[in-house]
Amino acid sequence: MNDILEGLKAAFFMLVSLDPDLVEITLRSLQVTLSALVISSAIALPFGSWLAIRRFRHRRATIAVLNALMGLPPVVVGLTVYILFSRAGPFGVFGLLFTPTAMIIAQVIIITPLIASIAHQSIRELWAEYHDLLISLNTSSRQRIAALLWDGRRALLTASLAGFGRAIGEVGAIMIVGGNIDHATRVLTTAIALETGKGDFALALGLGFVLITLAIAVNLLIHGLTRTESGSRW
Amino acid sequence: MIRAIALVVGTLAAMATQSTAGELRLAVTTSFYNSGLSEILLPAIQRDIGLEVQLLVVGTGQALRLGEAGDVDAVLVHSRAAEEAFVAAGYGTHRREIMYNDFVLVGPASDPADVSAADTATKAFQRIAEAEIPFVSRGDDSGTHKKELALWSAAGLETQAFGRWYRAVGAGMGATLNTASAMNAYVMTDRASWLNFGNKGDLALLFSGDPALFNQYAYLPVNPARHGHVEHEQALALERWLTGPRARDLINGYKINGEALFVFNATDN
Amino acid sequence: MVTSILPLTFRDATVKRRGKTLVGPIDLALAPSGLTIVLGPNGSGKTTLLRLMHGLERLSKGTAEWQISDVEVRRRQAYVFQTPIMMRRSVRDNLAYPLIVHGTPKAAARAQAWNWAERINLADAFERQAPLLSGGEKQKLALARALIRKPEVLFLDEPCANLDGRATREIEEILQEAHASGTRIVMSTHDIGQARRLASDVLFMLKGRLHEHGPAQAFFASPETPEAAAFLNGDIVE
Repeated sequence: MNDILEGLKAAFFMLVSLDPDLVEITLRSLQVTLSALVISSAIALPFGSWLAIRRFRHRRATIAVLNALMGLPPVVVGLTVYILFSRAGPFGVFGLLFTPTAMIIAQVIIITPLIASIAHQSIRELWAEYHDLLISLNTSSRQRIAALLWDGRRALLTASLAGFGRAIGEVGAIMIVGGNIDHATRVLTTAIALETGKGDFALALGLGFVLITLAIAVNLLIHGLTRTESGSRW
Repeated sequence: MIRAIALVVGTLAAMATQSTAGELRLAVTTSFYNSGLSEILLPAIQRDIGLEVQLLVVGTGQALRLGEAGDVDAVLVHSRAAEEAFVAAGYGTHRREIMYNDFVLVGPASDPADVSAADTATKAFQRIAEAEIPFVSRGDDSGTHKKELALWSAAGLETQAFGRWYRAVGAGMGATLNTASAMNAYVMTDRASWLNFGNKGDLALLFSGDPALFNQYAYLPVNPARHGHVEHEQALALERWLTGPRARDLINGYKINGEALFVFNATDN
Repeated sequence: MVTSILPLTFRDATVKRRGKTLVGPIDLALAPSGLTIVLGPNGSGKTTLLRLMHGLERLSKGTAEWQISDVEVRRRQAYVFQTPIMMRRSVRDNLAYPLIVHGTPKAAARAQAWNWAERINLADAFERQAPLLSGGEKQKLALARALIRKPEVLFLDEPCANLDGRATREIEEILQEAHASGTRIVMSTHDIGQARRLASDVLFMLKGRLHEHGPAQAFFASPETPEAAAFLNGDIVE
């Protein structure tokens, strides 16, 4: 219990004094996770929506696989990305290992299935609602997707934010592919792991509280910017 | 608004850098890192020879693997047999001893196996095995782990035959110490990690001083003949510094609570 | 002068699902003008017939042919569903959507949307989210949305089934106006009074077949079949 109080104190002082190391790793956490989020959303949202309205032969199997991929263990993804991008591996020539780019790649792999799956589910329900109307209005396939994406944007935002939540707290994969190098690839979660390993629980918890605050702040900001919960809007 | 976010994120993403000139990737063991010595050495290295050392803190096994794959430019570990095999297989150019510290036996302050009264490390280990008091092992094929296994072996004991009191966690030094602290168990650790450890709980240093617990650190540059991209010149520059007078003074002078941790023992090539 | 897409000719048209015949076989020619009421008890296949005409159901057997080929055809039709399908947008955007989707610039589309909103007394709710409207308001909106593109043929599937008297009257007024200005209307209902008020000709459905059809006056005055007579009498017909 004492550790928790010490942790809260540590978090408070770090935030108030804008500790430069803290600022650095916080910005890097945001850099990595937001980059991964944008890339993943760009892939997952259209794909999930497309999957919701297209009928093709192996559709059920594809949906099942997509849902299953949500359960990919991050540390396994990290290990695989490491092997692929190691100098001894097929993509080693790009020299991406132990850089934030490798961390972004690993996180994209982890959160894309999650975002796609949630997007698929909500767009599918909306499509069931709009189906007859959009066919009756003689809309093209592209127009249908556009209407579903726009009218379903709140649900898609939720899907993206779910991906964000998964990524900002992820540590296994980015520890392996990033290496937790000080001033290069250290982020909030890997720093927490490091301080825990040193037995400095108070500092680790402090960083943890900062991470939670960051996650909440980002969510609030996005909801605020998109005015999700104001008035009687959909 | 979406465009603004994309712009910001794109800029941030473009800031991802790779190793450039003036940078060196060095794989070191958790034991070395947890001692806190790198916090002293790295800034001095930057100042003296303008080299930014990027540390990857992993277990000895993983450090040597990184060297084999060419993912780092040099390796600093403490497991002589593994190091010599590394050089013999052509992954490293040579092995250069830098410094040593020692391992110590830590355990519950009440010392139920009475190791503090033992006169050798081997005897201390035997006492623990006979009393079957919980003992936490690194279990991760690291230098520390290999040293621990060598000691059990010297005591004529087979870890495979141990009962449930022997807990192999497969983790770094810090995590292992955390586990030992939580379980109030015995654990073998390097002195530096112990002194720097923040969660001691009821544990205390119970046995040390036997030369068998001697722990030699060595520096191995990765072989450029194997991996042409490694920063070999920088690796050699770092080696010169690590075996020079400045490093000697910093390493010998590094103390925690007035206790010196490392002894510089590099000799001329 | 643009060619009409009517007549729509059904020959031996049948819709089957899971082995069960929902509608058919039907032989029918939908004439180029008039306000046709599709009448019949529940389960007689009215909805399926309308959906088939509009292309929302596929034929299992037989043919359905419009006067001109398929591509143009659905563009010149519109459909109002029994339960109105509202897009999760404002009244304005719901009304403008059919126009925008077919190439009308946004400003012009919104201007037309405003005109229609005034016409159906929803000007006050112009910016309100459509799903939040009352049942009657939604159906008026659906009807306006269907008419905004000036379709040649308008299908309605029991549009007033869940509405009160006032809303029903408003809908019927709009339909009369549309019919008067040349829109071909095909509408199903099980409300005999409504059929009498609106129909120029009647299709009487029973058990998926076209049991009787003809001009409204003749049908209501003296139906040919005993089932039609019983239905008009208010009896339960199976």
